Amino acid sequence: MVETSTSDSAIHISDINFSFDKLSILENINMTIEQGDFAGLIGPNGGGKTTLLKLILGLYKPQSGTITLFGEALKKQRKIIGYVPQYANFSSDFPISVKDTVLQGRLGLTACFGFYNQQDKIIVDKVMQETEITPLAQRPIQSLSGGQMQRVLVARALATEPEIMLLDEPTANIDQRAEKDIFDLFKTINKRMTILVISHDIGFVSDYINKVFCLNKTLVCHDSTPVTSDTIHTLYGGHISEVQHSHHH
Amino acid sequence: MLEFFTTLSSQAFLQNAFLGGILASIGCGLTGSFVVVNRIGYMAGGIAHSVLGGMGIAYYFDLNPFAGALIAALLAALIIGTIKLKWKHQEDTTIGAIWAIGMAIGILFISKSDGYNTNLMSFLFGNILIISDEQLFIMFVLDIITIIFMTLFYKQLVAVSFDIEFATVRGIHVNLFYLLLLCLVAITVVLLIQVVGLILVIALLTLPAAIAKQYVHSIGLMMLLASLLGMLFTSLGLFISYEPDLPAGATIILVAGVAYFLSSLLRTIFR
Repeated sequence: MVETSTSDSAIHISDINFSFDKLSILENINMTIEQGDFAGLIGPNGGGKTTLLKLILGLYKPQSGTITLFGEALKKQRKIIGYVPQYANFSSDFPISVKDTVLQGRLGLTACFGFYNQQDKIIVDKVMQETEITPLAQRPIQSLSGGQMQRVLVARALATEPEIMLLDEPTANIDQRAEKDIFDLFKTINKRMTILVISHDIGFVSDYINKVFCLNKTLVCHDSTPVTSDTIHTLYGGHISEVQHSHHH
Repeated sequence: MLEFFTTLSSQAFLQNAFLGGILASIGCGLTGSFVVVNRIGYMAGGIAHSVLGGMGIAYYFDLNPFAGALIAALLAALIIGTIKLKWKHQEDTTIGAIWAIGMAIGILFISKSDGYNTNLMSFLFGNILIISDEQLFIMFVLDIITIIFMTLFYKQLVAVSFDIEFATVRGIHVNLFYLLLLCLVAITVVLLIQVVGLILVIALLTLPAAIAKQYVHSIGLMMLLASLLGMLFTSLGLFISYEPDLPAGATIILVAGVAYFLSSLLRTIFR
């Protein structure tokens, strides 16, 4: 990697090592994402993509190495991160409306005591419009389709008004048309914030991203390396069928 | 049937029983909703049963058993909560152990006190007909405490129940709020013990909220509906049990149980 990064890059990861119960998950990760990037993080299942994202979110602590966001330590910067998890983090029959779900993006920013305030509601109305879920506002989340739910999760992350968006396989549970719609939305969002998206599908995301990182325990390739079949072979150990279907056409 | 209403209008004990049911229902609606959506009925059960230890010790030393119950419930909530958060693999066994140890301590102390049988029975199964004015006042205070905490931290409690990882990312102290929730469960358990006794607490804590969950789609509405249902079940149970002189606590639970299964059946048929 060409080390042009100054410490005020949007995301700057240096020499991260992480293991879980003595099992090494990530080794020697160095990564820089600049403000305004739309970066893709790809790699096989179990390659450590989600773990790396959770390190950036501060959910895990690395054994060694540092992560800074815009030059500041993670702890100070939690407020500027928007996070879209993979679908299955909560039970789908939880009694909550779409709007109340999106409002949770305001936690940590709104007052500690009592209910959400007027400003929270204005911001939430705005992001629901942007993600085209305003008509669903009062619907219980258990009545949503996979694509609608994904938009709710994106709206919840946007309600934080973040400077960095971290998305973990945001289209894993939805059909291809909805997938394209969602990535078109990300492209719009990218005009005002930095995005890092995990995907299992190189072919599809390459139409959108300006930077790619391939992860299999360690960074196999990054934006200055062209992605060749050799890299893919190293990354997936020969099972490239998954990355060859370019169903988005 | 008329006798119930004439007694209700003239006799303090029946008025107290009626009011006790109303006050218990408020707590059961508020806290029960969180117990149901978090699926922590088993943990609530552990808290409820280990309370007998505190009641027994207080009773033996001639102190107020319900003060003992409150201390034991809060202690059990903190221990069980810490196990859940820090020691996940052993959760099931450990909660079961605390559940039984608390009861065993209670039985030992009560057996060495006077009036073993009557008191043990009223702790285990409640006696809504002997609720004193002082107990009513304690129940009222416990309700107020629950309402204050639920109002102040409603959004955090919902967020922690809904998606604990996202709440963490948003900088919420999730462990703190999880323990707070269990302490509120402890307080509510003590509230309900006066009405149905500690064995039957879990049913009154979960059944009204579980019925409410079938009809509404927000925790706030669930709380409201569950409280109203709780009031209906306790009043109806009290009414049914009065003339044939049945145990009121057990009757209340049966009313709630029948309502729960009827409601579930109706939801399945008319879905």
